[in-house]
Amino acid sequence: MSDRKTLQIKQISGHSGSSAGFDMQRDAEVCKLIDTTICIGCKACEVACVEWNDMPFSPTTFDNTYQTMPETRWNFWNLIKFNEHQREDGTIQWLMRKDQCMHCADPGCLRACPADGAIVQYTNGIVDFQQENCIGCEFCVSGCPYDIPKFNPTTKKVYKCTLCSDRVGGGLEPACIKACPTGCLKFGTKDDMKFIAEERAKQLRENFGFDKAGVYDPQSIGGTHVVYVLHDAENPERYGGLPKNPVIPWSYTVWKWLFKPVLGTFALFGLLGVLFHYVTVGPRVPQPEPPLKKEGPDVHRG
Amino acid sequence: MSTAVERFDDKARDAFDRIGQNEVYEGELLRHRVYTRFLHWMVALFFFLALFSGFGIYLPWLFRWFTPIFGGGPLAREMHPWFGLGFVIFFGLQTLNWIAPMMWTPADTRWMRNLKKIVGGTEKMEPPDTGFFNAGQKLQFWEIVGGSLVYLITGIILWAGARYFGRWAVAVSYVLHDLSAIIMLGGIFIHIYLSTIGEPGTLRAMIRGAVSEAWAWTFHPAWYKEVTGRDPIEACEEARRRGQILKP
Repeated sequence: MSDRKTLQIKQISGHSGSSAGFDMQRDAEVCKLIDTTICIGCKACEVACVEWNDMPFSPTTFDNTYQTMPETRWNFWNLIKFNEHQREDGTIQWLMRKDQCMHCADPGCLRACPADGAIVQYTNGIVDFQQENCIGCEFCVSGCPYDIPKFNPTTKKVYKCTLCSDRVGGGLEPACIKACPTGCLKFGTKDDMKFIAEERAKQLRENFGFDKAGVYDPQSIGGTHVVYVLHDAENPERYGGLPKNPVIPWSYTVWKWLFKPVLGTFALFGLLGVLFHYVTVGPRVPQPEPPLKKEGPDVHRG
Repeated sequence: MSTAVERFDDKARDAFDRIGQNEVYEGELLRHRVYTRFLHWMVALFFFLALFSGFGIYLPWLFRWFTPIFGGGPLAREMHPWFGLGFVIFFGLQTLNWIAPMMWTPADTRWMRNLKKIVGGTEKMEPPDTGFFNAGQKLQFWEIVGGSLVYLITGIILWAGARYFGRWAVAVSYVLHDLSAIIMLGGIFIHIYLSTIGEPGTLRAMIRGAVSEAWAWTFHPAWYKEVTGRDPIEACEEARRRGQILKP
C-alpha cells in the first residue's frame, strides 16, 4: 500500500468535471474496524490522535462519566463516547464507542460543500478536508449525519479526522489503530474488515449470548469506511447517538444536483425572455411617437 | 400607515433633498426624490454585491470565477451575509418609503387582466386608471418584500450554522434562500429591461428624479392627472395635433 495510488482522488467538492486519473488503477478500499465489545475505554487512541496530528492539549470536561469531553472538537477528532446502559433485568452495561469521522462512501459533507477542492474523497474511501480550499461556510456540518466536522472560529475553517491519510498514503495504519492495546481497532481492506466483523458478530451471537450483535455499516449512505461491531446492532443510538439510518438532507442531493442547475438556468431564461421581447415586440415609447423618417436620397446606406 | 412612519419618511425626504438635488427641466415632472433614489441605488449596490458573492457559493462548478472578485472564496463567504444585511436594511427603508403608493387597488386587478395586451405591445398607452405605480411594479415590490424576509430569516440560520439551528434547519433554509434568489434574479432582468431599453425615458427618474410629461401620460396616466390636473389622453392628443416631435 506504499505506492501513491492509495491517495488517488475519486470525488472533489464543488468541482466541475471529473478528477484526473480516477478509475485508471485498481485500488483497494480501506476500512477501520472498531469492535465496541472489546473496547476498555483506555483512550490511548485519543492520545495517539492528538499526538500524531500535532494538536494541542485539549481541556477535558468531567461530567460524571468516563468520557473525556461532550463531543469532538476541531482539534480533537477522536473521542470515546461513554454510555451507562441499564438493561431490562436491571443490570448495567458500559457502552464505549470510539467516535470519529465515518468516512462514508456517500459523504454528506462532500455533497454539501460548495468550495472547489475543499473536500476530497480518495478511491481508497478516505474523505479528507483540504483547509486551504475551505471557505468556512459550514454547510458540511449540516450535511454530516454524525456531527463530525467542527468549525474553528479563529481560522474560519472546518476540521475533522483524516483517517490518517498521511500515514495511510505512506503505507502505515492510522495512529489510533497503532495505539490500541486490546485489538479492538483493526485496519485493512474493507472486504477483510467486513469479514472479520461479521465473524466476530456471529461469535458474539452464538457463544456470548448477545442475540442482537451485529455490524454497523449503514447502507443508507452507501456504507462507511469505519465499521463497528455492536452488542446490540438494533439500537445503535445507545452508543452515544449513532444514527440507525443516517441520511443526507435532500437539499444536498436532489436540490443541489438536479433542481439547482435546472432552476438556475430558468432564471437565465429571464434574460433570454426580455431579449426576445425586445426583438419581437419592441420597446414601448412615450406617446405620441415621433414619425419614422421617410426613406429618401439622404438615407445612408452603409 | 402609522403616522410615526410618515413623519420619519417626511423628515428623511426633506433631509436628503437638502443634500442632493432633483433636476427637473421644462416639460418634465418630478418622480423620485433624492431619498428614494438614494435608497434605490443602495439596494441595487447591495443586491448585486450579494448576488455576485452568492453565485460562487450557489453553483461553484459554473460560477466560481465570481469569487476572486471578492478576494477569494473565504472572503466572499464572509462578506455575503453582510451584503445581504445591507440589502435588507435599505430595502426595509424603501418599503417604509413606498408602502402607501404600493397598496393594491381594484385598478391593479384590472391592470393584471390587461397584462397580455401590455406585454404583447398592442396597447400603446397604459390604462387611464394606472397610478404612480402599476400592478406589475407593485407585484415585483411585494415579491421583494417577501423575498427579503425569506432571505433574512434563512440567511441568519445559514450564517449561524447547523451548530445553533440544527442540520435540518440549515438544509431547508439552504433551499428557500436559493429559491428566493432565483425568483429575484429572474425579476431583476425584467426590471432592468423595462427601466432602460424596454421603456425609454424611465432611467432618468432614478438618475435625476424627473420624467417627461409624455412619459408620465403614457405609462402612469392617473398619476399624470393627479400631478398636472390635465387629462392624459387629451394631453397626448394635443401633442399629436401639434405634431411635436417628442424625444423620449
